Amino acid sequence: MWLPRPDTAPAMPADGATLIDAARVKTLLGGRTVLDGVDLQLSAGEIVTLIGPNGAGKTTLVRVVLGLLKPDSGKVWRRAGLSLGYMPQRLQLSENMPLTVDRFLRLNRAADADTFAAVVAEVAIAHLLRSPMQQLSGGEHQRVLLARALMRRPQLLVLDEPVQGVDVIGQAELYALIARIRAHYGCGVLMVSHDLHLVMANTDRVLCLNRHVCCEGHPESVQRHPAYLELFGMPVRDGLALYRHHHDHRHGVHGDVVESGDERHG
Amino acid sequence: MDDFMLRAFAAGVGVAIVAAPLGSFVVWRRMAYFGDTLAHSALLGVALGLLLDVALNLAVVLVAASIALLLLLLQTRRDLATDTLLGILAHGTLAIGLVAMAFQDSVRLDLMGYLFGDILAVTVGDLWWIWGGGGCVLLALAWVWRPLLSSTVHEELAQVEGVPVLRIRFGFMLMIAMVIAIAMKIVGVLLITSMMIIPAAAARRFSVTPEQMAAVAALMAVLAVLLGLGASWFWDTPAGPSVVVAAVLLFVSAQSLPVRR
Repeated sequence: MWLPRPDTAPAMPADGATLIDAARVKTLLGGRTVLDGVDLQLSAGEIVTLIGPNGAGKTTLVRVVLGLLKPDSGKVWRRAGLSLGYMPQRLQLSENMPLTVDRFLRLNRAADADTFAAVVAEVAIAHLLRSPMQQLSGGEHQRVLLARALMRRPQLLVLDEPVQGVDVIGQAELYALIARIRAHYGCGVLMVSHDLHLVMANTDRVLCLNRHVCCEGHPESVQRHPAYLELFGMPVRDGLALYRHHHDHRHGVHGDVVESGDERHG
Repeated sequence: MDDFMLRAFAAGVGVAIVAAPLGSFVVWRRMAYFGDTLAHSALLGVALGLLLDVALNLAVVLVAASIALLLLLLQTRRDLATDTLLGILAHGTLAIGLVAMAFQDSVRLDLMGYLFGDILAVTVGDLWWIWGGGGCVLLALAWVWRPLLSSTVHEELAQVEGVPVLRIRFGFMLMIAMVIAIAMKIVGVLLITSMMIIPAAAARRFSVTPEQMAAVAALMAVLAVLLGLGASWFWDTPAGPSVVVAAVLLFVSAQSLPVRR
């Protein structure tokens, strides 16, 4: 894992609550600039949401913050000894791997019995512990991944598309759960989302990313920001509010939730 | 029963106990084709070993490990899809190995032995290699079991949680290279992967934990060796392929048994 050496890291930010301070991060992947001059600060107890179109570099920024990817230029400061909880996008587990939820949660050996029980209760997955990972529904799968991240008692929770493959009602519940977890543990939360409207109520700050930071701020203000409107092409004007409903999934023949890949507004 | 038959059983059981648990990881990580590629490169190792007068097992391990490293490097360049790369390396190394061996008149007769195994010709020295090398691989596997399992489930998640995933991945590849070197004599380069994958696949239905699956796979593999060598003894069939046929039959019968939940 890459961690900044003291001599390369910027001076520690004045605010003692700061967990992450990334400055002018530039990242190239295969010769293509994926992130260009991105700044990101995050403090304890704060929920920051990254939104942006596909290919905007959201996951890349997450990987930089996690230390999985070293930026080509720019600096990433992490609070010394920062404990990270990471919730990746959906697992691609082989059907041939016999793995129960309980075992999956214990793979990292981090949690003592009390923490384990508390986290399992917090995300309400006690009834799933003996199920094979491959048989979970979309929402259950995401709650289990969230639980795995929480087992490490993280100071910073990093969630990459936490509501992926979850139906709309489940999405709202999951975002509310994340907000409750923040309140309970006082951890910082960095999450990737593709839908500002669902995440609005439960986020403190939004970073609208399209290789660079297009706009940043309180969700209400970002929603009206010209850069945001240009990026998402969703005119919301006074007196002319289109009725919109969001589908980021469709249902399979058995009624299960299937990822549809693209987002439609109608 | 003759001595050579006892040595054959000892060698086959030794390989089975190592190959099957490692094969479970090959199955979980969807690396069957990768295993095949390393196995095919073993023939190149044999050819080079003969040419340079190096111990064959050692040459095979070195060549397989180099191919694994080469593949890691080529993957990072992303010019070609991994399965294409594997196809090129698998058949390229096999063909180069075959051509190189054609220059060695003395081994031309043994070629079938390298391709399909020659378990009835196992020597006491081979047994030392199989049980010694196999024991080392099993110890190493037990040593890295937890981090290997964790990075098999999700490599980046494991990395965030502090697992040195690159070292683990390379160690795993080395273990596969070792197993190929010791299993070559038993089932031959063309059939080695089957000893890793088929018992693991057969064990899947009877297992609820990864450890159970690895243990049941080892049992299945031992059973396949006993059945295959038995058949070879009674009906005079080729030993290596008979073991694989027995493994396939075990897999097929496992599918008809009720699943344990």
